[in-house]
Amino acid sequence: MQYHSPNTFEDAAALAVAAAGVTRFLAGGTDVLVQLRADIITPDTVIDIKNIPGVRDITRHDDGSWTLGVATSGAEMREHVELGLDWPGVVEAMDLIGSTQVQGRATLVGNLCNGSPAADSVPAMVTAGVEFSVTNSEGTRRVAVMDIPAGPGRTHLAQGDVISAVHIPARGARGGDAYLRFIPRTEMDIAVVGCAINLALDAAGVITQASVSLGAVAPTVLRLDEAAEALIGCTLDEATLDKLATAASAACNPISDKRGTIEFRTHVAGVLAKRTAKIAYARAQGVTK
Amino acid sequence: MALDDHKTTGFKFIGTRPDRPDGLDKVTGRALFGADAQAPGMLHGAIVRSPHAHARILRIDTTAAEALEGVKAVVTRADFATGLSGEFGFVLENVMAGDRALYDGHAVAAVAASSALIARDAAKLVQVDYEILPHVTDVDAAMVDDAPVLNDTYADATVPAGLHPNVVRYHESGHGDVEAGFAAADLIVEDSFKTEATHQGYIEPHACLATLGADGKGELWCTTQGHWIAQKTCAALVGIDTSQLRVTASEIGGGFGGKTTVFIEPVALALSRKANRPVKIVMNRSEVFRATGPTSSTSMDVKIGMMKDGTITAAQGVFRLQGGAFPGAPMEFSAMCAFAPYNLENVKQVGYDVISNRPKQAAYRAPGAPMASFAVESVIDDLCKQLGLDPIDTRLKNAAREGTKASYGPRFQRIGLVETLEAAKAHPHYTAPLKPGQGRGVSCGFWFNHGGETSVSLALSEDGTCQISVGTPDIGGSRASMALMAAEVLGIAYENFRVTVADTATLGYNDVSHGSRVTYASGLATIKAAQDAVAKLCKRAAAKWGIPEDAVYWEDGFAKPSGANAGNFDPIPLAEITKDMGSTGGPISGHFEATPEGAGVSFGTHIVDAEVDPETGKTAVVRYTVIQDAGKAIHPTYVEGQFQGGAAQGIGWALNEEYVYGEDGRLQNSIFLDYRVPVASDLPMIDTVIVEVPNPGHPYGVRGVGETGIVPPLAAIANAVSAAAGVRLRHLPMSPPRILRALRAQASEG
Amino acid sequence: MKTIHVTATVNGDTVEYLCDPRETLLDVLRDRLNLTGAKEGCGTGDCGACSVTVDGRLVCSCLILGVEAEGKTITTVEGMADGETLHPLQKKFIEYAALQCGICTPGILVAAKSLLEKNPDPTETEVRYWLAGNLCRCTGYDKIIRAVLDTAADMREAS
Repeated sequence: MQYHSPNTFEDAAALAVAAAGVTRFLAGGTDVLVQLRADIITPDTVIDIKNIPGVRDITRHDDGSWTLGVATSGAEMREHVELGLDWPGVVEAMDLIGSTQVQGRATLVGNLCNGSPAADSVPAMVTAGVEFSVTNSEGTRRVAVMDIPAGPGRTHLAQGDVISAVHIPARGARGGDAYLRFIPRTEMDIAVVGCAINLALDAAGVITQASVSLGAVAPTVLRLDEAAEALIGCTLDEATLDKLATAASAACNPISDKRGTIEFRTHVAGVLAKRTAKIAYARAQGVTK
Repeated sequence: MALDDHKTTGFKFIGTRPDRPDGLDKVTGRALFGADAQAPGMLHGAIVRSPHAHARILRIDTTAAEALEGVKAVVTRADFATGLSGEFGFVLENVMAGDRALYDGHAVAAVAASSALIARDAAKLVQVDYEILPHVTDVDAAMVDDAPVLNDTYADATVPAGLHPNVVRYHESGHGDVEAGFAAADLIVEDSFKTEATHQGYIEPHACLATLGADGKGELWCTTQGHWIAQKTCAALVGIDTSQLRVTASEIGGGFGGKTTVFIEPVALALSRKANRPVKIVMNRSEVFRATGPTSSTSMDVKIGMMKDGTITAAQGVFRLQGGAFPGAPMEFSAMCAFAPYNLENVKQVGYDVISNRPKQAAYRAPGAPMASFAVESVIDDLCKQLGLDPIDTRLKNAAREGTKASYGPRFQRIGLVETLEAAKAHPHYTAPLKPGQGRGVSCGFWFNHGGETSVSLALSEDGTCQISVGTPDIGGSRASMALMAAEVLGIAYENFRVTVADTATLGYNDVSHGSRVTYASGLATIKAAQDAVAKLCKRAAAKWGIPEDAVYWEDGFAKPSGANAGNFDPIPLAEITKDMGSTGGPISGHFEATPEGAGVSFGTHIVDAEVDPETGKTAVVRYTVIQDAGKAIHPTYVEGQFQGGAAQGIGWALNEEYVYGEDGRLQNSIFLDYRVPVASDLPMIDTVIVEVPNPGHPYGVRGVGETGIVPPLAAIANAVSAAAGVRLRHLPMSPPRILRALRAQASEG
Repeated sequence: MKTIHVTATVNGDTVEYLCDPRETLLDVLRDRLNLTGAKEGCGTGDCGACSVTVDGRLVCSCLILGVEAEGKTITTVEGMADGETLHPLQKKFIEYAALQCGICTPGILVAAKSLLEKNPDPTETEVRYWLAGNLCRCTGYDKIIRAVLDTAADMREAS
């Protein structure tokens, strides 16, 4: 196994292009090392991107949008008070991954690129409208979250593509997001179902924008556009919540495995959608943080 | 000499809570566990394991592995002893497969290399050709007529004719006439239950460092609950004399029964002999799950008849235990413990030991008892509910007492079940209000406890301090308990003792640290060894005073003349006798070797409150109280720790821990991510009540406390969850999908 | 196999070592630096027995490559006591019997110390969630949680 520690994303991309065999970029390493240790994937080349300047910066731009360095850990996100006020759902989704120890290392980009359908931060990034800078030998382009996952363990990124920044939109007025997952224990599990919802309200509390996403119920993260559409124009009354739950369950295309059954995942997706919506709505109203 | 052989009150040291002697080492990181040893010239071993549940091994080609730079030895079954039978034969077959791989993870070869990474690489280069055979992993499926046959020679003479060859042992016991008892009942509840296999889950993986020469002399350092059993098993498996192998037990990072046998140790010895270098093997977590001791999974039927007043008229149970690919599932313990808490006129219990394509089961804290208790105590709970009876009053009405003929045969001596039930009833937990969505469950539990072969040696130093050598690895603070008991006998302070777990070369045979036997048996032996030393101390004092030995007695650390007739002498302190011992007759030591058989049985009663989320089936344990008879708590803090640890493991077993096998017979969840032991945020504080009903079989009344604590939780939690959810849960673990399915099935039935 | 030269600070001492890129920081600590206090319970970041701090941040040393430690400051359980004076958590763990077998203890002590440095007055729930990545199979956590809470109280009083 070759280990490289370049100082620019361009160099990182060039190293990846030149590498033969299996290449892994190393940010937090909390998935790469597990796979290495368990003999699931032993990369031929590991490219550590943590020595590139700025990879742990959290920046709020004048327009209210955010840029996060790709090696920013979950713990660093959680400790950033303003980020948590703007995007509590994104922060809590990241925070749910693994232990305190894992939080000291794990990153949004790693969670995405690991390609797990159950990745906690991915539904929250989907509903927040997160985009990534992707750098390769031809330059840097912007890619939306939904365009990256290709299936369990796979992404649409090419050899030589390296994610170089995380962009979170401006929060905007009267908005709120939330993420809930179901796990059998209180901590340390992989999501059996994950649900993120991002809402914006008008002054009367009517939902004007909505985004709903589910994790762990299909080969890749789901964005539920019809369920979101059904929320728009409503306050969060019981009938709306029931419609949301039905739509969430209907969208599921899960498998039965050691973590949960098809029946369980489908039912709990609806339960979580309701609960998540209530939290997001309260946050959008400014009732809770 | 006058010594109180039995003493249950008036202790000076027993019952205090001093710091443990290994505390400093363990909080500073310098305590040496299995994987912490190294030796000059040491190689690292790695094991090649079968990816198949059942396969014939056609050929093993080690050429490529041997050609890798740094590889020093490769072993297969051909490098081990031949002609072994009985348990040694099973263990050999388990640690290194012969002509067939019998489960996913079964060892088929091993390599030793100059680094751990090279060893891992080399293991991948060992080419094994398999012919895949049909497999079975479920206990019920393994018993049906067309189930794949694992081995048609394992069944012993106890098995009735006509059963599948996978049924390898059979047990039946009881007394009275159960049919007549059922006929007299006002209500009969009959139900079926299943429990999935769980793992002991010790945090320290198996690890060892072995040296063996062509001269047949060896050294073995390993993490084990019993180094003498490791000594004789390893010696047999590699074909050397037992006494030529010296085994040293490392500090042990948890065992719970799972480190009572050997896995990698004989393999490291075989590799070492072949390479002529020390070899260290450390399992990874996945190997621990795939190839070491899970419990049995079970399938059980229980039928109990009760009168309206709560009197049980008859009880019967059938307990089928799958124990992996070899005989030994503890089905007779399931059967014998199932109804042991109750005074029953009519009782019958049947057990089946069934083999399947899973790893060889190993003991796990009260092996066999928790599952049986789950089934029995669930049925009792249902009977109480249907008859409108209080669950504790009903258990008290039927409780076994001194003189009761136990369901498994003997008459109980003095026991403390009633005392635990009365303490439970009086505990504020039992009457505390419950919130909506919560339910409360109670259960009793029983474990035999064990004596076992035991040797202890105790030596006094010139300065009046004392060193004690015991042979039972310390898995929960037993060195402190031994020092307390010796302090009580010798009458000198706890701080004067150093207790060491001796290696196999420096002490006689000791049975494993299992069966809740250490504080009982090593404790008894320590007391007897200390008394032996006291007798010698008194003899020296008698010689000095020129009076008969029996005119001297020992009190509070002093030799004293036994009365006016003995003479008027100033008491002599221990340190004064030892100071001159070299010139008054030589070193003063105490010894004891025996197989004590008075381990008092133990009972406990648990109360638990659980809260169930009706929309997701997720359970939270919100309050937990353990009440158990300890006979006499030598170090009460450590007794509490055993109670709490047993309850926590029981909570894991009840709610989320299980072995999940795929259709392909492979274990699906061989890491802690998916084998879900309770984490800190899953549990409440665990309240404890120590009941002390002295065991007549121990000088100070000790009963072992380690195992009973895991017997009641499964049923207590199942009863709490069933109360909270409003539906009976019959399959462990009660994971959210199982609870939700039960809730929805009930809802759809209306 | 090509090894890489690394310089780091471990428990206040500058150390240099050569390691294979596949070796974890835990492998390096245990096998190359003879610091066997950190334990490997799982190798997958699920048990916390290998907990150390890297540049002040609590991490699992099994989830970091040895080569990543270049220039970093690492503290292990061996660095907790000040000479013969134990850290208050170490004292309290012995006093409360917050350990039975002791294999998880080094990781739990490092994690608990890290918590108290960030939050000197944690609630029981905060302690339980902070330590959720540190498995203990012996104690049921009860005495561990009490030891951490009471140490925090003692340290607040002393400061």
